[in-house]
Amino acid sequence: MATKQLVFEQKPKWIMALNDSLIMIKRSSRHIIRNTDQLLGTFFQPIMFLVLFSTVFGGAISMALPKGVSYLDFLMAGIIVQTVAFGSTTTALAVCNDLQKGIVDRFRSLPMANLAVLNGHVISDVFRNAISTVVMILTGLVIGFRTHASFVDWLVITGLLLLFTLAFSWLSAIMGVVAKSVEGVQWLGFVLVFPLTFASTAFVPAEGMNRVLRAFAENQPITQIVEAVRALMLGTPTGNHVWLSVVWCIGMLVISVPVASWLFRRKTTN
Amino acid sequence: MAQSEYVIEAKKLQKSYGSNQVLKGIDLKVERGTMLALLGPNGAGKTTTVRILSTLLGFDGGSVTVEGHDVVKQADKVRSVIGLTGQSAAVDELLTGRENLVMMGRLYRLTADSAKARAQELLEEFDLVKAADRPAKTYSGGMRRRLDLAVSLIATPPVIFLDEPTTGLDPRSRLAMWDIINRLKEQGTTILLTTQYLEEADQLADKIVVIDGGRVIANGTANELKSKIGNDRLQLTFKDQKTFQKALTALGKTVIDTNGKDFMATIVIKDTNSDVKKVLETLSDAQIPIASMDIHKPTLDDVFLSLTGTQKAANTEETK
Repeated sequence: MATKQLVFEQKPKWIMALNDSLIMIKRSSRHIIRNTDQLLGTFFQPIMFLVLFSTVFGGAISMALPKGVSYLDFLMAGIIVQTVAFGSTTTALAVCNDLQKGIVDRFRSLPMANLAVLNGHVISDVFRNAISTVVMILTGLVIGFRTHASFVDWLVITGLLLLFTLAFSWLSAIMGVVAKSVEGVQWLGFVLVFPLTFASTAFVPAEGMNRVLRAFAENQPITQIVEAVRALMLGTPTGNHVWLSVVWCIGMLVISVPVASWLFRRKTTN
Repeated sequence: MAQSEYVIEAKKLQKSYGSNQVLKGIDLKVERGTMLALLGPNGAGKTTTVRILSTLLGFDGGSVTVEGHDVVKQADKVRSVIGLTGQSAAVDELLTGRENLVMMGRLYRLTADSAKARAQELLEEFDLVKAADRPAKTYSGGMRRRLDLAVSLIATPPVIFLDEPTTGLDPRSRLAMWDIINRLKEQGTTILLTTQYLEEADQLADKIVVIDGGRVIANGTANELKSKIGNDRLQLTFKDQKTFQKALTALGKTVIDTNGKDFMATIVIKDTNSDVKKVLETLSDAQIPIASMDIHKPTLDDVFLSLTGTQKAANTEETK
């Protein structure tokens, strides 16, 4: 059937496995642009949240904030982390979608590294979240957000956010494999991420919370990231937040990567 | 390694889901360059068998080799020589037809240039050039199936599995699909096809294996099976007693059954084309008009009734 001779790659196995992941990243990244519904979410949801939160809550909450800190400046770190956390559930949707449709079977019948499918979704999710974050920061600057962060601080912020979205996307991949339907994924994402982001210092200081909630809020990973990013943006001392964030994220990765991979392998071989 | 005579070989294949045994010892052999049709009703175990043969599914007993490679121990080697087209078109709906083809080609380890050239070739061959740069979600059912099949041919694998490639297609798309499958066969590809349609197996396959309830209940060429099941019957109706009698005289011994009340004669036909033509020629030579004409094909139901019937009879004989 082939009129021309086909040429196959002759490279070591690990290079081909890496190549498979690159191909799948390209695939999933194309989805970012092609999936117009999701594209709206990527661009407009962060803008909407930022404007709504800062204008609706701004007046009331600013009274609880330290002197000289505007609510917009306080909110910026929180809303970015919240958006990234919600954005990571796209990985779960994409993984679940692939499993529901026959396409995973096709991939599995190819001589490729199967985990490339997960890598593709996770990494493209990092891209998508990066877009949302940049959109939010630009919008923030337009409506009055001012930062004291130095260039190095921004590098640290970028690194922290990348690590965080990577960790959350891998956790999200587990949801995608486990869930039985796309609707299930959406609810699971909502039920897990919503309380985590709201019972944190993303939107309000923890001082006003009751004792139990406050103990939870002050020690959970979202708060660590929010506090680290916020301190870097405001130019205040970061305390333990930066390294605790790194520890949390690496911890999440150490658990979620092998678990997601194992579950994915198991789900697709039976 | 000496190449086995059979490209696909399954021996005593068994598979259970919990306590539900879906395959109860299936034996299959497919010779190089031939097409085997796995014929059976829904739930017979067709898809399970294909999934096992194409390395997607594990099994509990028996052995399977494809091109001499064990599907469990040498899954990667098997994957590089097979193409699979499943029941649900497994293409990425957000990617264009061309992007799907190139991506799958790259995953088959083709170089970028080779994958692109081959994609173009397949788009032309499968009549998808116009739609090549549109997302696959805008394709019709028939186009999607064609793309799906094209994707599984991207690296011209010598072995192809087609799991119900025409289920749910309209008649025109089905014919187009048959055409493509026949061309593949001419090119020497070894093909295993599953179908619920007797006609499809008859049209395409060299050999047919009929399975039901996880067991092989018959196998052979289409003709061998047909002679087991019985042939097509041509029913001719005439408008009155006079023409009816004249027709009976003209057709002579070929008539196996008559119904004098409805002026109806039944004729067994072995070859639809030549036999029907012969009957029509005989009647027109004798200037006998036909009121209506009907061909009854043995349906899949007939096949199973007759096959399961004979098997039961054989079993009772054995126990005697």
